[in-house]
Amino acid sequence: MGYDPKNPMKDRITDIGPRDYKEFLPPVIKRNFGKWLYHEILEPGLLVHVSESGEKVFTVRVGGARLMSATHIREICDIAEKHCDGYVRWTTRNNIEFMVDDEAKVKPLMEDLEKRKFAGGSLKFPRGGTGAGLTNVVHTQGYLHCHTAAIDASGVVKAVMDELYEDFGKMRLPAHVRISLACCLNMCGAVHCSDIAILGVHRKPPMVDHENLANMCEIPLAVASCPTGAIKATTVGDKKSVVVNNDKCMYCGNCFTMCPAMPLADAEGSGVALLVGGKLSNRITAPMFSKVVVPFLPNEAPRWTQTVEAIKKILEAYAKDAKKYERLGDWAARIGWERFFEKTGLPFTEHLIDDYRFAYTTWRTSTQFKF
Amino acid sequence: MAKRKTPLLDELEKGKWPSFVSDIRQEAEWRNKTDVDLQTPKEVCDDLLDLLELSLKDQECHWKHGGVAGVFGYGGGVIGRYCDRPDEFPAVKDFHTLRVNQPSSYFYKTDFLRQMCELWERRGSGITNMHGSTGDIILLGTTTPQLEEVFWELTHNLQQDLGGSGSNLRSPNCCIGKSRCEFACYDTQEACRNFTMEYQDELHRPSFGYKFKMKFDGCPNGCVASIARSDMSVIGTWKDDIRIDQEAVRAYVGGEFKPDGGAHAGRDWGAFDIVKEVIDLCPTRCMGWNGNKLGINNRECNRCMHCINTMPRALRIGTETGASILFGAKAPILEGAQLSTLTIPFMPMEEPFSELKELIEKIWDWWSDEGRSRERLGELMQRKSFAKFLEVCGVKADPRMIKEPRSNPYIFWKEEDIPGGWERDINDFRKRHQK
Repeated sequence: MGYDPKNPMKDRITDIGPRDYKEFLPPVIKRNFGKWLYHEILEPGLLVHVSESGEKVFTVRVGGARLMSATHIREICDIAEKHCDGYVRWTTRNNIEFMVDDEAKVKPLMEDLEKRKFAGGSLKFPRGGTGAGLTNVVHTQGYLHCHTAAIDASGVVKAVMDELYEDFGKMRLPAHVRISLACCLNMCGAVHCSDIAILGVHRKPPMVDHENLANMCEIPLAVASCPTGAIKATTVGDKKSVVVNNDKCMYCGNCFTMCPAMPLADAEGSGVALLVGGKLSNRITAPMFSKVVVPFLPNEAPRWTQTVEAIKKILEAYAKDAKKYERLGDWAARIGWERFFEKTGLPFTEHLIDDYRFAYTTWRTSTQFKF
Repeated sequence: MAKRKTPLLDELEKGKWPSFVSDIRQEAEWRNKTDVDLQTPKEVCDDLLDLLELSLKDQECHWKHGGVAGVFGYGGGVIGRYCDRPDEFPAVKDFHTLRVNQPSSYFYKTDFLRQMCELWERRGSGITNMHGSTGDIILLGTTTPQLEEVFWELTHNLQQDLGGSGSNLRSPNCCIGKSRCEFACYDTQEACRNFTMEYQDELHRPSFGYKFKMKFDGCPNGCVASIARSDMSVIGTWKDDIRIDQEAVRAYVGGEFKPDGGAHAGRDWGAFDIVKEVIDLCPTRCMGWNGNKLGINNRECNRCMHCINTMPRALRIGTETGASILFGAKAPILEGAQLSTLTIPFMPMEEPFSELKELIEKIWDWWSDEGRSRERLGELMQRKSFAKFLEVCGVKADPRMIKEPRSNPYIFWKEEDIPGGWERDINDFRKRHQK
């Protein structure tokens, strides 16, 4: 009994949607659904939520690579069965949460998690990701699975989190810091509102595979895909193709998305841009976009040293100078961007001045600057 | 063990943060040892790692652009992926992704996860993402003939469907909501599930000009990032007063309770100062503290959540709850990144959510009629104007929808709104004015 390739439509089940979350809620959660009164972070990576019924749920939060093997998920199941009656959840930022309904169950759970390491020596379940500290990085596929990647994803995240590991398990920062990574401008990781965003960018216009383009692409779609109108239809020899006006190209890669015969990625041309100061929460100030503060760093596998160093500089300057509750972007806005570059030691270049749509709205149109 | 030397990957096994390389290696080891009747190449994890080493060395990825793959009757949920060096890495020659629609808020029972692991190790690579950026469980890498097999087993044995991809409704997503959060202003999990089930056809069969995302945040803290990442952002809010427990406020002031739920415990910030840390940081300055009692002028509150976040044991959201509905967020491609724009300041959010469904269906009709190929809703709103969008929604303009009124006077008027209309007689004009 199973799928029959000769009769693919037999007993076919479709449109059933996901499993009902109500099946998967731990009993203590089910009993107190909608009745929670308040929460407290007892220590980094340990939360308690208190219900109006008097019941408490203790949550141990641990980080993880978003990429996970079935072997690893089975180990998570083992832990959940041993300590949490077979229930577990993930967070939107790729953390894993183990919940128990009794304080006495917390310590054995935490000790069990702490001792588990991968063969290479890294921790399987680092505890943290709560409060005014660093939580897990949301990111995209990178070289492991994507065809448009300008940089790797999982490798960069590993390099960054190894260096910033202490801050995952501490809560010493002025406010939450959210780091996100997208390996190209398509941003399936939507990093544009992160405190620190690591973004894969290109710097070379696409190559055009004239020999194959007409067979691989719809030429009008390729032409229409360019936001700056840099692509025109042309004929090369007897082949229909396109030509790119390099002066108009800002290497967004949208043409490659529409036309596989126009690849951009390049060992020297592609690399990392860093953006800072975005946020999603409405707390105190409104949500805002991240701004580009490092236009380009080389793609340095396996440790991305310059990227990691730049992020550390930003984070340390922020940790030292910002006020309690002040997000990175609010700090930069308060001290002014001239001070941001001074305090972080990051170089300011003309690449950081906007020249796309509505660029003028970001130019200084006052005399209110600081020397 | 890997077939080739992998010095770059070896480096990524070091350090404290969980190593995805070590994890893939343990899966590779499992595959080499197991007696399970694997339906995909035994060496799939070894080849994946070797291919990654090559990509890190070349600083270029080695996946072909696209490739058609799917299951019968669905136009989404499967992403075709082919390696561009199948000569050297035959086990990942075809390495397709399945998106599996996650249950609301990512709660699981282990029997479900174990069933999924068993299925995916036998019929795929055993490698997943928990979870993808939109929210789905991502099953990374299987061969073309296994796609239907995986789908059959998912639907029959796990009672679990695929998620969205391409120009479909993408799998809706939500925050943890009332399951474990005191700030949830409506049941985000139920809303997410209800919309997912209502729009199964839109989710599985491409009927739009481009992708459409919807996300359900329970409060203005926005843990699921709906305001930045979804074409429709449903963000919980309330209309009445913040509930105050004055005794608990005094306990915060007296140092008995830790501010911000203990979020700042990693540094000595000194004693909690309610004036400095709450009253003066309130964006609308609608709060006061007289040394004994906290006052809030609720009419002036914009519900930023700061005071509630800072003193969760003393302050609670109001009781007349619902959601604000915003539209049009997206990442930069193509016309630049957009945040969602407030369109409905307040809507009650009770099952069966008919009011919101009527609204979204009106918007989809307009987007389908007017939207260009690969134009996100937010881009169409900009191109056609927010006023036009409001007309489509059947909603009256309200100052809550803007940051400030326009500073240019280039106002489009409708002819029918101008006395006498636009048709005039030039000869009549000439009677009064010489050339």
